[in-house]
Amino acid sequence: MDTHQDGPVRRPLQPAAANPIPLLRIEKASKRFGLVTAVDAVSLDIHRGEFFCLLGGSGSGKTTLLRMIAGLELPDEGRIAIEGEDVTGAPAYARPVNMMFQSYALFPHLSVEKNVAFGLQEEGRPKAEIAKRVREALEMLDMGAFSARKPHQLSGGQRQRVAFARALVKHPKILLLDEPLAALDKKLRERAQFELVRLRERVGITFVMVTHDQEEAMGMASRIALMQDGKIVQAGSPRELYDAPVSRYVADFFGTSNLFEGNIKECARGEAAVESAEAGTVLRGQYGERLAAQTSVAVMVRPEQVHLSREAPQAENVLRGKIASAAFLGNCHACQVTLDSGKTVLARLSPAEFGKAGSPAAGETVHLFWPSAAARVLKQ
Amino acid sequence: MSGRPGHSCSGVFVAGVPLVWLLLFVLLPLLIVFAISLAETRTGSPPYTPLFTWEAGFLPRIHVQARNYALLLSDRLYIDAFLSSLRIAATSSFIALLIAYPMAYAIARARESVRTPLLMLVILPFWTSFLIRVYAWTGILNSNGFINNVLLDFGLIKAPLPLLHTEFAVHLGIVYSYLPFMVLPIFAVLEKLDWTYLEAAADLGARPLKAFLRVTLPLSLPGIFAGVLLVFIPALGEFIVPELLGGPDTLMVGRVLWTEFFSNRDWPLASALAIGLLVLVLVPAIVFFRLMRKEEAA
Amino acid sequence: MKNRSTFVLSMLVFGYAFLYVPIVILIIYSFNDSRLVTVWSHFSARWYGELFKNAQIGEALWLSLRVAAASATVSVILGTSAAFAMRRMRTLFSRGAFEAMVTTPLILPEVLTGLSLLLLFVFLGETLGWPGQRGALTITLAHITFGMAYATVVIRARLSQLDPALEEAAADLGATPWRTFRRVTLPLLLPAIFAAWLLAFTLSLDDVVIASFVTGPGATTLPLVIFSSVRLGVSPQINALATLLVLFAACTILTATLILRREEMQAKNMK
Repeated sequence: MDTHQDGPVRRPLQPAAANPIPLLRIEKASKRFGLVTAVDAVSLDIHRGEFFCLLGGSGSGKTTLLRMIAGLELPDEGRIAIEGEDVTGAPAYARPVNMMFQSYALFPHLSVEKNVAFGLQEEGRPKAEIAKRVREALEMLDMGAFSARKPHQLSGGQRQRVAFARALVKHPKILLLDEPLAALDKKLRERAQFELVRLRERVGITFVMVTHDQEEAMGMASRIALMQDGKIVQAGSPRELYDAPVSRYVADFFGTSNLFEGNIKECARGEAAVESAEAGTVLRGQYGERLAAQTSVAVMVRPEQVHLSREAPQAENVLRGKIASAAFLGNCHACQVTLDSGKTVLARLSPAEFGKAGSPAAGETVHLFWPSAAARVLKQ
Repeated sequence: MSGRPGHSCSGVFVAGVPLVWLLLFVLLPLLIVFAISLAETRTGSPPYTPLFTWEAGFLPRIHVQARNYALLLSDRLYIDAFLSSLRIAATSSFIALLIAYPMAYAIARARESVRTPLLMLVILPFWTSFLIRVYAWTGILNSNGFINNVLLDFGLIKAPLPLLHTEFAVHLGIVYSYLPFMVLPIFAVLEKLDWTYLEAAADLGARPLKAFLRVTLPLSLPGIFAGVLLVFIPALGEFIVPELLGGPDTLMVGRVLWTEFFSNRDWPLASALAIGLLVLVLVPAIVFFRLMRKEEAA
Repeated sequence: MKNRSTFVLSMLVFGYAFLYVPIVILIIYSFNDSRLVTVWSHFSARWYGELFKNAQIGEALWLSLRVAAASATVSVILGTSAAFAMRRMRTLFSRGAFEAMVTTPLILPEVLTGLSLLLLFVFLGETLGWPGQRGALTITLAHITFGMAYATVVIRARLSQLDPALEEAAADLGATPWRTFRRVTLPLLLPAIFAAWLLAFTLSLDDVVIASFVTGPGATTLPLVIFSSVRLGVSPQINALATLLVLFAACTILTATLILRREEMQAKNMK
């Protein structure tokens, strides 16, 4: 995770008080296909100006949920409201929402200009206005020179821009993006991420994006909803999801984490004490909801939060073990330490700290420790 | 219907019109043929006895009899017609396969740029009139037709060969008319073939002929089956080819049906023959559709 | 390896020769002055002249063209509806049954189709009083029935190739289902519709067997004229007519293929 560069600057989340009516409100929406429940009683609020990300693996329901917002699928249960107005039964062509498709879906028989003008023509706008808005949209995406070309004469990246222009020119309240970067190779993808975020800030439209790539979501979104089996497992800012996951699934989804199985000894004032056989000691960590004693939990610590020293330090959460391997990754040292219990712990140390600990090699005994504030207690 | 927006009313209309047409012009006629096959022939119009008569009371009396079918199954003429139809269709399909396979193979192996023109040349005859293509052979197989003229001129024969109005001519006509239908499916399969299979076979020591028999041929079987069925099924009920190129003793069901209907005015018997032909065609047709389903799934 | 490719190549040449030599011979004989078509006397185009003066053939041609055009057009409309209907059908059973009915005309022997339709018309005539007289109308109805089967196959194939996202995008941009069909689906289907029309037209123009069953007095199509003529043997005017028909078909197919190829190249570049 640390090798990933800092993402582009994101606007902070709008406080709920400033927008009493959320731009998009989904209430207990469900969608079934035959025997399969794709979306299971999902509730979600999305606010104006957010770059919202629906994240999950395949089959998680994120694409179905996106299509339900677009109106391409109608929910079997639940409500969807845009700016307070109920659009649950409204077909796609009646919603103030536009979508950018994964395949771009440019009309092959129409020129770039006519593609972009399509939606405005359906609105019945006067010709002069259409021409002007189309020109502006294309120029904003640097595609002004290609207006007469047909889609098959464009490269993949150019087609994507046209698809954007086509979706944006109608000034929708929400722009939906279905895995927009999936078709690009790694190098182009990073640049496209920057451009996408910059574009959103420029037009000010709320973006809702679907992706399976957690790095992408972390780097671009102001808020993320992680989905699994049709339900939202956790929704929040990237920081919240990374530092304070509510379950192992969330913890595992974003980067690597160390998980220590154990049972609750006691919970007090936000901090829980967990008896862990794997760790061989009592670990302390932050908890979300109060848990009863003896509850089976896991304590999560990110590798970059783990400190290492030769001698036993004066600290909480101290573990002792032998170094199994220590790899130098350029900007950090990745150390695998095997505890007496047999469990392997991953620690990522800056070169400075590694040096201060005496640059231990494989087989040497070391001590691992971290502040309790850096650990989280996860229920399941 | 699970929510595809705006598709409910127009959907009924869109499906409705072709459905009504099909029920009226495909299903109903077949039922009528079956019904008439159970009637008796008579002079007058229409030339068959009515199936329902209302004599006394509310319910009609039904007059059906299976005499026509009994005739089909007992009379030598009809049994021979069915059998020879099967025989001629089978041998024609086989001959067509022998000619079509190398053609399809050659086109599939050709350079990308020439493949489409080559295919087009195969398909082009299909678009010219079927009738005319069969007719063309009469001018060739005639006793003073092209072949006989050439053979006579070169002194190879003394008297003209009776080529026309024979079973040989019928086979020729069927193979000729349906050849494109055999070439196309085989080509379609061969084109998609991964030729590296052959390279692997050669690498493992197989000589070209062996590689063909053990690799190419088995892999192209779906195309062969499809092609054979596409020739066999229409050939079973073929009428024009046996009528124009066949002799008086060339019996094919289509022709017998025509004679019963137009010459003998025996509509019920013709209907029974039609049902018999339907049954004959049904078995290979079902096999063909199963094959298509498997192809689609693959 | 060399031997085999020689064999394959020579079979290819033989195959093409087999396909085309009869047609070429037919064309050559059409320029034979002799009444005995296959006994060569000398080159002349007199049979073409006689052909043009032949009123019976002229009328038959005109009737055939009208029937073919009408039946092809209706076939294509019904075929498009059927293709869309089948796309929409969810349950396997309804789609299977519908599909079976649509493709039945493709596999039924023509004598069976012809007989069944004639019996239908007789039955309808007896019970409903319509059709009173069989003729051009009944032939057209019969041709629509099998034309629709072919049209459905062609159009359905193209329809299934279309990216469903295109219609979704149109809806997303504000187009109602009808507008989507008119502005997006129909233009993209046009090449297939054109090909289907051509196919139905050609098949109608060429039909002998079915027309023989369902025709009535005064409605003699061109194939019926040709058939009754050739049953008696070769005929020089028929050779001339055949040559013209072959050339017409060849030109139509060449132009159609060129048009369709251009569309295919465009579609290929999109992938």
